[in-house]
Amino acid sequence: MAKVLVFTETAGDNVKGVSLEILGKLSGQTIDVAVIGDLGDAGKTALASHGAENIHVIKGDNLDQYSPEGYSRALKDVISAGSYDYVIGGSTSIGKDLFPRLSGMFDAGMASEVTNFLFEGDEFHGTRPLFAGKCYAKVKITGPKPHFVTVRPNALGMPESPSAGAGNVADASASVGDLKAVIKEVIKGASEKVDLTEANVIVSGGRAMKNAENFAILDELAEVIGATVGASRAAVDSGYAPHSMQVGQTGKTVSPSLYIACGISGAIQHLAGMRTSKVIVAINTDPDAPIFTKADYGIVGDLFQIVPLLKEEFKALLG
Amino acid sequence: MNIFVCVKQVPDTETKVTPNGDGTYIETSSIKWIMNPYDEFAVEQALLLKAANAGSTVTVVRVGGVKDTEALRTAMAMGADESFLVESDDNLDSYMTAKALKGAIEKSGKTPDIIFTGKQAIDDDCLQVPQLLATMMELPSVSVIVGFEAAGDKLTLKREVEGGAIEVYEASTPCLVACNKGLNTPRYASLPGIMKAKRKPLTQLSLADVGVSDADRRVVYSDFSLPPEKPPGKKFDAMDEGAQAGVVKEVVGLLRNEAKVI
Repeated sequence: MAKVLVFTETAGDNVKGVSLEILGKLSGQTIDVAVIGDLGDAGKTALASHGAENIHVIKGDNLDQYSPEGYSRALKDVISAGSYDYVIGGSTSIGKDLFPRLSGMFDAGMASEVTNFLFEGDEFHGTRPLFAGKCYAKVKITGPKPHFVTVRPNALGMPESPSAGAGNVADASASVGDLKAVIKEVIKGASEKVDLTEANVIVSGGRAMKNAENFAILDELAEVIGATVGASRAAVDSGYAPHSMQVGQTGKTVSPSLYIACGISGAIQHLAGMRTSKVIVAINTDPDAPIFTKADYGIVGDLFQIVPLLKEEFKALLG
Repeated sequence: MNIFVCVKQVPDTETKVTPNGDGTYIETSSIKWIMNPYDEFAVEQALLLKAANAGSTVTVVRVGGVKDTEALRTAMAMGADESFLVESDDNLDSYMTAKALKGAIEKSGKTPDIIFTGKQAIDDDCLQVPQLLATMMELPSVSVIVGFEAAGDKLTLKREVEGGAIEVYEASTPCLVACNKGLNTPRYASLPGIMKAKRKPLTQLSLADVGVSDADRRVVYSDFSLPPEKPPGKKFDAMDEGAQAGVVKEVVGLLRNEAKVI
């Protein structure tokens, strides 16, 4: 049985969903959790019901917001004290930045953004996409422990009947010292919605959107079905949407339940970034567009006519 | 200023990937190699910083195969002064790569004031090397940078996080900065630049020269495979305006009752 520490980010009073996905998959291992900052009651309950034995709530100066140095130093102490075999977390903005730093501090190996894993005895076996999902490979970590792993949000899925743990909450104080790179200000993004990489539903627009203003019709559809809006590289390079919205090999790799591609032809680098979506709907005037080879439901038609109709139909269904 | 840029050479984004015979990597024999797209922003930012600081040099470092030195030639044609190439297989893990980059930077004899990298390489998508290299070199670093301002040794760095939000960092050199798309517009190499690049120094090193051995391997890959093909989906013709409402109604019905995602 492996001793595992799961690093968890909070989301309001609760914890991020990917943490619970990871906990569910770790059933049978000894699982502790580390949180930095305040952990609400909903979060404590969720972590315990998904198998957490000990929950370390780390607090200290210079930890009120993320910083590479602050977070990595604070976690290093907890990891060392607990003699963990594995440290696992979500492949979020923070996870992606933090975990390689921790692995460097321990001279240890790390598997990035796995989409599935299991333990054989206490050995980790992961699967991860490479080339933005054009291929997959099995991944193992060698060398000194602890080993570090980040997991792509929405890939494992929520456990259906998780086994509970003791959920003992213990405060840990951290002294991280002075920071050389500190956040002075946070500028909010254009969208308050859930990020593309964590979105359950995505509506994406391509070059056929013709301009930035036309993305409004995608926003309206997204509003009705609770989606996040994305864009193809062609749309981003044409200036219709910011790079933060780009889906594909030089943008974000996404795996929502539903991906609606509007006016996207389906270049190989775009398909790589969204092909793991559970259900794909494509709308395009070109019946031979490559996107249709990946679509579960393809609509050969003009997005400017179809998207407003879709919005009304969804509104009737969901309203 | 001693400005360093780390670049990687990766298969072109249009590449159709095929696993190799024993499934330990992909077939690389007929691949068109390009500079990792995110590294272009790193090279450009280095050149902009050099232009603003007389007497600075831009040194480019790469770890990888030697068959094609596209990435380094491109960087020097864009304006970098010299480059170091650590010869290795194309599938080193992140830890070995970071250690080799550190070794090559030390071999250059110059102490970096700033190191630019791309935020990730688009081949293995690990997003580890910038943070690992900074940790190994005990430098502060900020990743996913879309805004860069320097005033003397003070840096203002804009890091993009979820939802397109921006964290504004203050840091000072020496520092490592990992660049994202949107930071700048990389210049094209000019013809005179390409000619000039041929005479710029390119030093080749072995992994042993930079202190990296097989004992440094931390990650082992196997069973490279293509994702399963989806069975063909359903396609509806809605070019005719009269058919549109019916098609949309049917697709929404399928999303609810067949796919059960709405």
